[in-house]
Amino acid sequence: MQTVFSIAVDALAYGMVLFVISIGLSVTMGLMRVVNLAHGAFAMIGGYIASYAARDMGLGYGIALMIAVFGTILIAIPIERLLYRRIYGAPELTQVLMTIGITFCIIGIANYVFGPTLKTIPLPTGLQGSVDLGFRSIATHRLFAILCGLAVAAVLWYAIEKTAFGVKLRAAVDNAAMAAALGVRTEIVYAVSFAVAVGLAALGGVVGAELLPVEPYYALRYMVTFLVVVSVGGAGSIPGALVACLLLGGIDTAGRYLVPEFGEFFFYLAVIAIVCVFPRGLAGRTR
Amino acid sequence: MTMATVNETLTTARGNRRKLGRDLAGLSVILGLAVTGYLLFPNNLALLTRMTAIALLVLSLDLVTGYCGVATLGHAALFGTGAYAAGIAAVHFGITDPLLMLACGILGGVVAGLLCGAVILRAHGLPQLVLSIALIHLFHEFANKAASWTGGSDGLAGIAPDPLLGFFAFDLWGRTAYVFGIVLLAVVFTLLRLVVRSPFGMLCRGIKEDPIRIRAMGASPKVTLVKMYMISGAVAGAGGALNAISTQVVGLDSLSFTLSAESLVMLVLGGTGSLFGALTGTIVFMFFEDIVSAANPFHWLTMVGALLIAVVLFAPKGLYGTIAAVAARWREARR
Repeated sequence: MQTVFSIAVDALAYGMVLFVISIGLSVTMGLMRVVNLAHGAFAMIGGYIASYAARDMGLGYGIALMIAVFGTILIAIPIERLLYRRIYGAPELTQVLMTIGITFCIIGIANYVFGPTLKTIPLPTGLQGSVDLGFRSIATHRLFAILCGLAVAAVLWYAIEKTAFGVKLRAAVDNAAMAAALGVRTEIVYAVSFAVAVGLAALGGVVGAELLPVEPYYALRYMVTFLVVVSVGGAGSIPGALVACLLLGGIDTAGRYLVPEFGEFFFYLAVIAIVCVFPRGLAGRTR
Repeated sequence: MTMATVNETLTTARGNRRKLGRDLAGLSVILGLAVTGYLLFPNNLALLTRMTAIALLVLSLDLVTGYCGVATLGHAALFGTGAYAAGIAAVHFGITDPLLMLACGILGGVVAGLLCGAVILRAHGLPQLVLSIALIHLFHEFANKAASWTGGSDGLAGIAPDPLLGFFAFDLWGRTAYVFGIVLLAVVFTLLRLVVRSPFGMLCRGIKEDPIRIRAMGASPKVTLVKMYMISGAVAGAGGALNAISTQVVGLDSLSFTLSAESLVMLVLGGTGSLFGALTGTIVFMFFEDIVSAANPFHWLTMVGALLIAVVLFAPKGLYGTIAAVAARWREARR
């Protein structure tokens, strides 16, 4: 019983961190049709900035989080302007190469600037320790990650379903040319969603630093996981991504707890099975 | 099928003669480079042999990516399976004749190609990419777990190939292995030129351009692509076997995602859809790697990244493709 409970809490926390990081990837991929392998690199930049701000400059956790999110967006804007602009609408292979190139560069630079060691982000006292739920206690940090994930899901759902910007975004996802013809400034929609996606990646990188430790090869190590989530959930779908994150988080965590000697064997087996059965993702639309 | 492909199918006898000339030219360039390499780097034949094995992997990747349009980041699965098949045959079954080991490697590669092709071709676009990545990780984990057969993370050691054809022992300087590799590469290259130009090769290129039209013409894209995947598996398996025979050890890195990604980088650097491009990319990349990583291993990844971005922005056809296009324009202008 205790094992089941800890697996469930860990899986939920892990799945929510995955969700926060990869939902931005899912939206940009559904919107701009860019296979962005560098998304994990932005999460890593967020983690590094937060670590530098909190540990080396001694700022508070909340402030470090804000600096990380906006700092990552600031770094990402020129990259989008100079490099991503060129590969919108390009063949997939080109996009894969360009974004893998960007990932390699970011890894190399991070390694040079911050060194190959693990970076920690010191938690504030409020997030250390554990919360007593009456029958069991869980780590406060896990709870914080879960709440962050739920909050991000709720805000995104509201923004996409209920606001004027959300209407334009959905129109651009469905048919960019038609939306542009009807007066939607798709350029701005693209730019804003890219910025939000990068910001969310950075947020996830900071919040999830306890579960996915920040180090130079972060971008490469978890790149596959984020892509898998988007592909399993179906690009551009929030419920799809949420279900995929919880499902894959559950499989991965359960696999690690129950059969640790097999590592990620079951995770990848499950991925292959799901993608083979649902080639368009769990919530993928038929095009 | 585009007009270009149709036109190519209807080539005249003169065009065929010219292609034969290009085949011979290509073959002589390979052999010329091999001799130059032997004379220039007599103490570094291991690197050159490794380069030959990787060239086979990149050629095999070119068959599915360049000619069939399948995006894959898991092609090292075929290479590694070939290497392990040859290694396991030698260590566990006592098959130490190099040619038989090569046959085992090719067979392993074909089986892996069938398996990977059957899975990867089920999806398109991003899901296809994800499937290929999941497959290479699965192969890696499997080889890691089956330690009693593969040696796990220690690698499979103790491969001792017999003298080649009973006469040429694999010496300490790797001369036999080098010559063996170059002959293998030349044979494979010649066979692939024939395959690529055959009606079957044309069909594959047609599928890359427009699979729906090919189906309307009465051919099955899926079956054709799986066949191409098996041929590709044979080539990659031969490369893996060559690596196992020359280094006498098989490590888990031959089944890694990094090797898959690097082989894709080499292919694109040289130019997809051309066997010469695949060879050019391998040679340039591996020399570059050897020099830069010897000088400063920390900046290696940054350099590769910058190189990739530069190729995508300035030479989308790859080095060979760009040079060939410039040469064609020059010929046109002179006419």
